[in-house]
Amino acid sequence: MTSTLEKPTSTAGVLLDFRDTEMTFPNGTVALRGVDLTVRRGEFVSVVGPSGCGKSTLLRIASGLETASHGVTQVNTDRIGYVFQDATLLPWRSVQKNVELLAELDGMSKAKRAATAAKAIELVGLKGFEKNLPRQLSGGMKMRTSLARSLTLDPELFLFDEPFGALDEITRERLNDELLRLFAEQQFAGLFITHSVSEAVYLSTKVVVMSGRPGYIVESFDVPFPMPRDPDIRFTPEFGELVGQVSHALREGHR
Amino acid sequence: MSDAQTLAPTATAAAKPAVRTRRRPAFTWWRAIVVLAALIGLWYLAAKHYADKGLAFLVPYPHLVWKDGFADSQVRHDLLQALGRSTVVTLVGLAIAIVIGVAWAMLMAQAKWVEQSLYPYAVVLQCIPILALVPLIGALAGYEFKSRVIVTVMIALFPMVSNTLFGLQSAERAQRELFTLSGAGRGTVLAKLLFPAALPSIFIGLRTSAGMAVIGSIVGDQFFQRGNPGLGVLIQVSASRLYGEQLYAAILTAAFLGVAVFLVFGLLGRLAVGRWYDFS
Repeated sequence: MTSTLEKPTSTAGVLLDFRDTEMTFPNGTVALRGVDLTVRRGEFVSVVGPSGCGKSTLLRIASGLETASHGVTQVNTDRIGYVFQDATLLPWRSVQKNVELLAELDGMSKAKRAATAAKAIELVGLKGFEKNLPRQLSGGMKMRTSLARSLTLDPELFLFDEPFGALDEITRERLNDELLRLFAEQQFAGLFITHSVSEAVYLSTKVVVMSGRPGYIVESFDVPFPMPRDPDIRFTPEFGELVGQVSHALREGHR
Repeated sequence: MSDAQTLAPTATAAAKPAVRTRRRPAFTWWRAIVVLAALIGLWYLAAKHYADKGLAFLVPYPHLVWKDGFADSQVRHDLLQALGRSTVVTLVGLAIAIVIGVAWAMLMAQAKWVEQSLYPYAVVLQCIPILALVPLIGALAGYEFKSRVIVTVMIALFPMVSNTLFGLQSAERAQRELFTLSGAGRGTVLAKLLFPAALPSIFIGLRTSAGMAVIGSIVGDQFFQRGNPGLGVLIQVSASRLYGEQLYAAILTAAFLGVAVFLVFGLLGRLAVGRWYDFS
């Protein structure tokens, strides 16, 4: 078995590339089987699949938290943002200090990271809440803080591990719109894991459907709607049709 | 005008709940004081019972405990001196227990194998009957201050070790991974994640250990009576001489020390982490 995590110099706009990626855990569980997936600059790729299909494992391999047991994974940037399922804020730090954390760990100077954090906080619409502690924030505001924290590193590649799964529908839709706006403004590439087919279609330039465990890619759909997206696009027949196709593929792959 | 008449009752109804909320904090204290009064009443009944049997020293009347105990200048001098000495033993023992306990837990938090090697001994320490070690401690360290502190440390150590260890392991996996992704080293993870996350547990352990340290200092007195012993010896001497009033005054003083230590360390915990953690 071979596995490599390389950083080659060439290739046009490819930020993340999985080639024949497989993952077998030490306990024998096969999480991923022969996954080929590329994320280029300007792309926002969503992965939908049933629970436990190895979607999150894909992100963990991309970020370096796990090493694939087979295949080649190329990551062509070191500016990676990772947004966890939970906001993972440190409860003893204010919003400002939480947003500064990654820059602080990166060794950025105090004045510079304060300015960077202030900018990120403004981007996610949390201006005025800098001094609040996480316990004083709603679930949606915590997630915004978490997003802002990742934004301070000015990531070229953003990895999202079902970040909005625990939020209520209204908050989730609002954060989807915010994320689309950030994607348009900040020019990062995204790999987004979700359970929600309509969220995947709404956010992405490409939607990838994974099978049940061991996960492999069943089908891949290009999303033709232009960016920036109008929230009302969700109520058009074209949107509904694409959601239907993705859902259908999801059901097929689960069988 | 009929409008004014219909409005008036509504206004009074609205005012009522506001008055009720203002009263609530005082009410909780009042309940505890009722219990205190009831306990003193029971004490009088018990004192009367024993006085009738001619055994007044077993349960002396509360007002006599005040008059011949706290209000007597010689007894008060002895009480305050013993209280001071017991406080010193408590605080010195507690300080040593904190240093050893936190260091021990930090060592165990470094790796699972270290924890598996060292944790059983924390439990063993907790399980050894201190009485079994008394002759040994006395022979090795003498029958004075040093041995009293050793007993205090042994009694106070376990809550420090177990609570600190629990706290150091309380950071969530995703939080650890966040630091891993940033390439943070062991020291950074400990200083910026594990240790701050452990603080609430450490302060809960500290409060428990402080209470145990009071017990340790008084028990230590009763085993090791040379030098300048504190409340434990005063209690023993008063009991053996059948000085009921002084005995009760000494017991109450020891209780006061325990409550004071509990409150002070609880307050310290609230000051340190109460901003972000419900420390109660």
